Amino acid sequence: MDSHSTTLSSHSAHSSAIEAQIEHAHHEHPAYLLHHFETVEQQKAASSFGMWLFLMQELMFFGGMFMAYLVYRAWYYPAFAAASNTLDWKIGTLNTIILLTSSFTMTLAVHYAEARKVKALANSILVTIILGIVFLGLKSTEYYSKFVEHHVPGANFSIEDFVTGHNTGMPPISADMAQHTQLFFSLYFAMTGMHALHMIIGIGILAFMYVKARGGAYTEGHTAPIDYASLYWHFVDVVWIFLFPLLYLINRHPVH
Amino acid sequence: MTTPEGNNPTLHNEHTPIKPITYVFVLAALVVLTLLNVGLAFLLPVGLIHGIFAVGIAVLEAMIVILFFMHIYWSSRLMMLTVGAGFFTFLVLVVMTMTDYTSRAWGLW
Amino acid sequence: MSSATTIVNIPEQSTASLPKNSYLTGEYGLKSWLLTQDHKRIGLLYLISITFFFFIGGAFAGLIRLELLTPMPDLVASDTYNKLFTMHGIVMIFLFLVPSVPAVLGNFLLPLMLGARDLAFPKINLLSWYMYMGGGIFTLATLVLGGVDTGWTFTTPLSTHYVNTHVITAGVGIFIAGFSSIFTGLNFIVTIHRMRCPGMTWFRMPLFLWANYAASILMVLGTPVLAITIVLVALERTIGIGVFDPSKGGDPLLFQHLFWFYSHPAVYIMILPGMGVISETISTFSRKRIFGYTAVAFSSVAIAVFGFFVWEHHMFIMGVSTYSALVFSLLTMLVAVPSAIKIFNWAATLYKGSITFETPMLYSFGFIGLFTIGGLTGVFLGSLGMDVHLTETYFIVAHFHFVMVGGMLMAFLAGIHFWWPKMTGRMYPEQVSKLAAVTTFIGFILTFFPQFLLGYLGMPRRYHAYPPEFQVLNVLSTAGATVLGVGYLLPMLYLTWSLRYGAIAGDNPWQATGLEWQIQSPPLKENFTEIPIMDHEAYDYDWLAHKHVPEVTTVG
Repeated sequence: MDSHSTTLSSHSAHSSAIEAQIEHAHHEHPAYLLHHFETVEQQKAASSFGMWLFLMQELMFFGGMFMAYLVYRAWYYPAFAAASNTLDWKIGTLNTIILLTSSFTMTLAVHYAEARKVKALANSILVTIILGIVFLGLKSTEYYSKFVEHHVPGANFSIEDFVTGHNTGMPPISADMAQHTQLFFSLYFAMTGMHALHMIIGIGILAFMYVKARGGAYTEGHTAPIDYASLYWHFVDVVWIFLFPLLYLINRHPVH
Repeated sequence: MTTPEGNNPTLHNEHTPIKPITYVFVLAALVVLTLLNVGLAFLLPVGLIHGIFAVGIAVLEAMIVILFFMHIYWSSRLMMLTVGAGFFTFLVLVVMTMTDYTSRAWGLW
Repeated sequence: MSSATTIVNIPEQSTASLPKNSYLTGEYGLKSWLLTQDHKRIGLLYLISITFFFFIGGAFAGLIRLELLTPMPDLVASDTYNKLFTMHGIVMIFLFLVPSVPAVLGNFLLPLMLGARDLAFPKINLLSWYMYMGGGIFTLATLVLGGVDTGWTFTTPLSTHYVNTHVITAGVGIFIAGFSSIFTGLNFIVTIHRMRCPGMTWFRMPLFLWANYAASILMVLGTPVLAITIVLVALERTIGIGVFDPSKGGDPLLFQHLFWFYSHPAVYIMILPGMGVISETISTFSRKRIFGYTAVAFSSVAIAVFGFFVWEHHMFIMGVSTYSALVFSLLTMLVAVPSAIKIFNWAATLYKGSITFETPMLYSFGFIGLFTIGGLTGVFLGSLGMDVHLTETYFIVAHFHFVMVGGMLMAFLAGIHFWWPKMTGRMYPEQVSKLAAVTTFIGFILTFFPQFLLGYLGMPRRYHAYPPEFQVLNVLSTAGATVLGVGYLLPMLYLTWSLRYGAIAGDNPWQATGLEWQIQSPPLKENFTEIPIMDHEAYDYDWLAHKHVPEVTTVG
């Protein structure tokens, strides 16, 4: 494969003279350029496109659960409103801001990788990891309180709060309808659980990158892994951006 | 080897230096929108209108994250199309499924 | 074959020899295959594994047909019969039909046709194969543990509440195999966008690539919905989350919506690459550029897009809204349009072409005929009123077997024969392969045409016993299945034989125009010594006729 001297660029579909497209321009052949790519640009364009397609796959993966949520939200409106009101909106808001900030620091990581600043890169990744862990910590306190309140679907689930209207800030609902709050919490745990699983995977990837970044990786031109970790992290953020209003905010009854 | 969608060098973000201050503004906008969304949850009356606002603001936030944090704003048309196709397919799932759920009971009472 | 009736152009055998260097030589041993990142070797790994699973799935089909030989339930008990058709469906759909053309031929040919050295992500490609095998192992485990009896559709609440078989094991298998298919699709899309050689514009690509591109979009955007649906079924079975459980307020139909949102496009994942194969063979063996190239190319994409809008036609009698069903029924008719565009364009390509009847062409004719019947009966079933009468009968079984077996399997065999010389460097034996093609066609018609009649007369699917008046047609069908089985066994035998004893094929035995035919057979590991430059349109036989010397591009 000694063909890298005939590197091609600026190829246009409407171009007539194909020979004119052959330039002897690039001789850059860094170690991270895989053998089957002709240029660094091609490799980069291919892998970032691949990452985006992967994220669109993720979108449809979460999409199935969002679909289920929308159907039951429409069907069991009072039950979902009541159940939604038992979630702690303060923790939810705080967590949203934490996650948005972690996205911000992740973007900074990409910036510092491109600016070739080893220390700043490593620190940005570290802050992102910490914010991610704080998010998960707050999330687990929320999960814990659901256990305490008997709002976890299963044998210990109790509809008492919803029938009496205690602790919900909502008018009481009939026992029949209150049964369907279980569906809300099932979806709540499934969706936030799947989201948390994605965050744990993301934190794992970032931890690995943090170790490598401290050794000077990603700051010598090959920033792609950081780019893709960042895309993944932002995507998980986008999922939360939709989860937060759907689970916490819609039809929240004013607190008296 | 590069194809028409991917060869414009100005589209690569390493060629368009984005200052970190841009991201600060983006983050600020996102936080403001989040707080606005929380505020509306208490200010607006319970009902469809609020639902539309809540989801609408979420869409706005997601768009900001995708455009600026994920650099789609500075990316090629193909990338924008890819993101569009993903969300479009999700909308197809939702809208076409909802044709069933909204009309299932029609004529049955 | 005499030269008057064939275009086959293979080298004089006394002097011919296989090239010394190829992707098959250089590295030997199991390790060099299991750790390979070469798309051609991965394609062959897929070929071996899907053939294995095809014969497992076929064995189930054989047992089903054997049971249906008599009206009485005498061979297997009813629950065993349920497991037979379930395992037949799971194995054939997820482990054979979905990966067949894309993963075998697509993997092998995509970079060759594009003028690239490999797929964009060779490691992910290898990972896809391992995930496919992982899915296969879980499916085999299901089988060994005692099978699953929900039908391949896993319909809730049956699958979540009423059966005690290995739903989760099978689900895990499908989940993993699904991600294998997602990664294959992702790889294909990126490769087609980013790895085309200079001059290879979108409208110079062989139509095989357009078809695989369209199928890949469906793989990437459809399969994850199936994945999450399986996760929800597993959660329902293990901890009872209630999303599909009517006793907790869940809607079992939501499962079907999500399931068919993938599984209807999955039908196009299966058939589109097959259509791509047919476009190649029809053009090559009638020595004409495909009539209406652009229309055929866009019809692939149109089928993919429309494919997301029609899934509810699988649920017309399940209790969905009548008004919604009306909308879906109308949208279903739309899919017939691009499918018909393809059929008409192939027919127009044949018109006044110099047609020769090599084996791939025989299979292609089989495809066109059987797919047309299968597609048109699909229009019957998509019509709301007819569907109520015909669905869940053998009519639907016959319909989708005409599309999947008569269509996709014929196309797969056409493709395997067509590119066999390129993959192995050797020709398959022409006479016996023609016999196999004809046997397959006859066996197929005999097996599945009676099922249209059975279904129309009202024989329901998925029962192991039936009234005695249906026996004649069932015996015909079983007899046909025997012939069909022979038809499928033959290629496996003579293709294996040809690996050693087949005539040397030479670079371009069919005088075809694709880039893959302009290089040696079997190709070099790096495909091209120099990245080619595409300077002619697809299917340009004039260019081929005037091409005396191989393209030489200067090395700087």
